[in-house]
Amino acid sequence: MTRKYTEDHEWLEIAGDIATVGITDYAQQQLGDVVFVELPSIGKKVTKGGDAAVVESVKAASEVYSPATGEVVEVNSDLEAAPNTVNDDPHGKGWFFKMKLSNSGELDSLMDEAGYKAFVEGLA
Amino acid sequence: MSDWSKAVSAFKSAGEGAPTMTGNLGLQLEEPLIFEQGEDGRCGVDLPPVPKVESKLGGLARKGRIGLPGLSEPQVVRHYTRLSQKNYAIDAGLYPLGSCTMKHNPRLNEKMARLPGFSDVHPLQPVSTVQGALELIDTLAHWLKTLTGMPAVAMSPAAGAHGELCGMMAIRAAIEAKGERRTRVLVPESAHGTNPATAAACGYIVDPIPANARGRVDIEAFKAKLGDDVAAVMITNPNTCGLFESEIIEIAELIHSVGGYFYCDGANFNAIVGRVRPGDLGVDAMHINLHKTFSTPHGGGGPGAGPVVLSEALAKFVPMPYVVQEAGSYKLVEHEGEGGQNFGRLKAFQGQMGMFVRALTYMMSHGADGLRQVASDAVLNANYILARLKDEMSPAFDGPCMHEALFDDTFLKGTGVTTLDFAKAMIDEGYHPMTMYFPLVVHGALLIEPTETESKDAIDQFIAVLGGLAQRAKQGDQADWFRAAPRYTPRRRLDETSAARKPILRWMPETESKEAAD
Repeated sequence: MTRKYTEDHEWLEIAGDIATVGITDYAQQQLGDVVFVELPSIGKKVTKGGDAAVVESVKAASEVYSPATGEVVEVNSDLEAAPNTVNDDPHGKGWFFKMKLSNSGELDSLMDEAGYKAFVEGLA
Repeated sequence: MSDWSKAVSAFKSAGEGAPTMTGNLGLQLEEPLIFEQGEDGRCGVDLPPVPKVESKLGGLARKGRIGLPGLSEPQVVRHYTRLSQKNYAIDAGLYPLGSCTMKHNPRLNEKMARLPGFSDVHPLQPVSTVQGALELIDTLAHWLKTLTGMPAVAMSPAAGAHGELCGMMAIRAAIEAKGERRTRVLVPESAHGTNPATAAACGYIVDPIPANARGRVDIEAFKAKLGDDVAAVMITNPNTCGLFESEIIEIAELIHSVGGYFYCDGANFNAIVGRVRPGDLGVDAMHINLHKTFSTPHGGGGPGAGPVVLSEALAKFVPMPYVVQEAGSYKLVEHEGEGGQNFGRLKAFQGQMGMFVRALTYMMSHGADGLRQVASDAVLNANYILARLKDEMSPAFDGPCMHEALFDDTFLKGTGVTTLDFAKAMIDEGYHPMTMYFPLVVHGALLIEPTETESKDAIDQFIAVLGGLAQRAKQGDQADWFRAAPRYTPRRRLDETSAARKPILRWMPETESKEAAD
């Protein structure tokens, strides 16, 4: 399994043609306490860079963009009752949704862990 | 002894370790909710006994108690007086909320609004008996059209966001009248949240335009998004970064060239009133917050009022009702088919009459030259703050600003102090904080709008407080001190996270809320 990162601070973990998507630790720190998560419906067709979910914190509401094109196959509905999971475990239990990838070639342009780390350091 | 401690513990508001028995701190009084006060049967007025009547409600008659508190008149008076004393208002001090234009509400406005010819009229009165009130609406409309350089105005919208809805519905009506179908509305990322919300409420897809490094609309990105499916662009000018959109005329020409319309959010009109006419910039629709630019009460003291000026292309779609002058008298156009292609009715009556009186009073008492001075002074005050604090804090963008000074949180970097902590420390110094974390395009934003209301003395004191706090934060090792603020308020740091995650939206008697929790 490999992890990739976007410039919009989403991560995705790829296993075959299924990717699990969440927001990064940096993103949750910037947002502050998450109070609400709106998840996509299963079966929703998402495009790379298009809106997929909404995350709302005490500071702001933000879109979560889909890091790739495909179809949503599973959502983490635990987040609806416990949005704080996004703060507590952003890279694990705080995942947002799983998607079936329709164009694995898109993933090449995403950053790996080292690349994302350097990207975040560049923002600081 | 034990009896006394029981008596003291009856004061629920005094928590463990509180400095006083009651929870009151001097004359800063604790105040329970009105439902937590009083007792059954107590009443402020003598009501006649209810005669025995046979209920005709059958099984629908209420069985439980209504649950109104039993209180005497002085108890009610004290309750609301105490609550009002906890309120912070422009009448109490400087109110620097950016993007809100919290300016002084002149007392002359109030005097005029209380004239019986304005305060005692009813919107359903025969038109012949309210000619003066209709003339006032028409005169205010004339001022608004003149100040904006626009040919028409819809007076009825109740506030800014309602005005946006009115403007966007007029745009949609114009597009439909041409038999076109357009699906997208372009909105800059720095826009007020109501802009994309309005576009979505009108059924459009919101397409965001990024800002450039100068805090303005990225014109190349805007061009790339243009097409014959674009209904409108919604832009605030001056924008929410407190900057004038310098390419506004080109933006207007470009949107018109693809057959779209230009909606301008007039929330920041205070910065340009009497100096720039939005009609000259190519605007098709713009709401005007009378409760900002034209000094009518704002926030809890409202209501707001949001008339919308319309261009020639949109004028005939103005919603009902509106005032027209015919043969020397005023009448109201109340029905479809009475001329124009109005898109219907937005509001039951003619608009916020009390606010119209106040706004026109403000305009006439200032005159055209006075309004120009308002804009100049508002911009000067904001630039004075920006200039005096630019070394101590960190301006978000280079160069002068319009009516509000915008800082980011670079100056707090490495101190452990956040924008929120900084704002809370301001409260202890007696200041209402500025707008925080907005616009979203600026990290840890602090948006300060002093308005023209403030004297130089008041602004100097405010600057001293901000500068002093910034210096303190930068001394190092001050994060805990800031995190402990506010120290001197009736309640200290509120738990915003729990309030959002588990909001309690309705008061319930203790027994009921206990049951609900179980």
